[in-house]
Amino acid sequence: MSRFKVKKAKGDVAINTSSLPDIIFMLLFFFMVTTTMREVTFKVKMKLPEATEIQKLEKKSLVSYIYVGPPVNPRMYGTNTRIQLNDQFATVDDIAEFVQIERQDRPESDRKLITTSLKVDSDTRMGIVTDIKQELRKSGAFKINYSSRKGGKKKK
Amino acid sequence: MARKSPEINAGSMADIAFLLLIFFLVTTTMDVDTGISRKLPPPVEEPDQDIDVKDRNVMKVLVNSQDRLMVNGKPADISELKNLTKEFMAIYPDDGEHPETTERFIEELNRNVVTSKGIVSLKNDRGTSYQMYIAVQNELAAAFNEMKEEESMKLFGIKYSQLVDENQIKAINAIIPVRVSEAEPEDIGGS
Repeated sequence: MSRFKVKKAKGDVAINTSSLPDIIFMLLFFFMVTTTMREVTFKVKMKLPEATEIQKLEKKSLVSYIYVGPPVNPRMYGTNTRIQLNDQFATVDDIAEFVQIERQDRPESDRKLITTSLKVDSDTRMGIVTDIKQELRKSGAFKINYSSRKGGKKKK
Repeated sequence: MARKSPEINAGSMADIAFLLLIFFLVTTTMDVDTGISRKLPPPVEEPDQDIDVKDRNVMKVLVNSQDRLMVNGKPADISELKNLTKEFMAIYPDDGEHPETTERFIEELNRNVVTSKGIVSLKNDRGTSYQMYIAVQNELAAAFNEMKEEESMKLFGIKYSQLVDENQIKAINAIIPVRVSEAEPEDIGGS
């Protein structure tokens, strides 16, 4: 019984918080290392398709993105599937220029390694995707990646 | 000699750190980019100039605008596609039905290996849904990955995904190249 009495007596001793900043800083560094900056604000909605045989994209600095999907704000932009390059809507004709600019941004030795990641909404029709692929072929961006989430074997 | 410096109050340090932490939590994303990697063929100058490939060496996979599959002229289900592909790419020497085989010298193994000349040709309609397209690509990738696993088990006794030696990985990739060709787009109807 005496044990409990001792505890009660020490009840309101302030907890030493001097190491709290250190803990928070540790968390901060963890998040800084494991996450990446959000690069663009999405103007199109994308629900990526699921796949099982996916590979990780290795070098993020060598990846350029093309987003395809219905606009986030259908009142302003309608519900038709649109292409987004960087921060704005684009058409298929803009892709050649986009590839050129992306290529010029990278050092010359890495230009052949640029991968174009296609982030396409799963309800999109293939027509627009085919157009994009043709345009990429013409401009010489051959490495592509169909962005998809890891998913189980779900059959429709 | 130095004056006794007054201690700085570090009590608000935690608040500052919290603020930074929350800032980073909001502005960054944690998603890793994953997907199916493919290589596009270079553009052809004259679309009519077809490369001559024997009919039995090609497995034609068609997807129409209703997301229905057709493999070599017969309707098929997506769940069968993987096994059909594996069966097609399997090696049957001296058999008129299956794709031709060829002996290739694999540098890494320092010997000849019989490989299949089969090609999977994928064609889709403009109205095919992207989801179906990815599902088909996924099944094809799965078939090739499984064949790589089996080959690796046979040759080295280790799973392909666990191979470390560069040469062994190269050898497997040379024996089983992922040959998925995508036809020039055209409307195959059925809208």
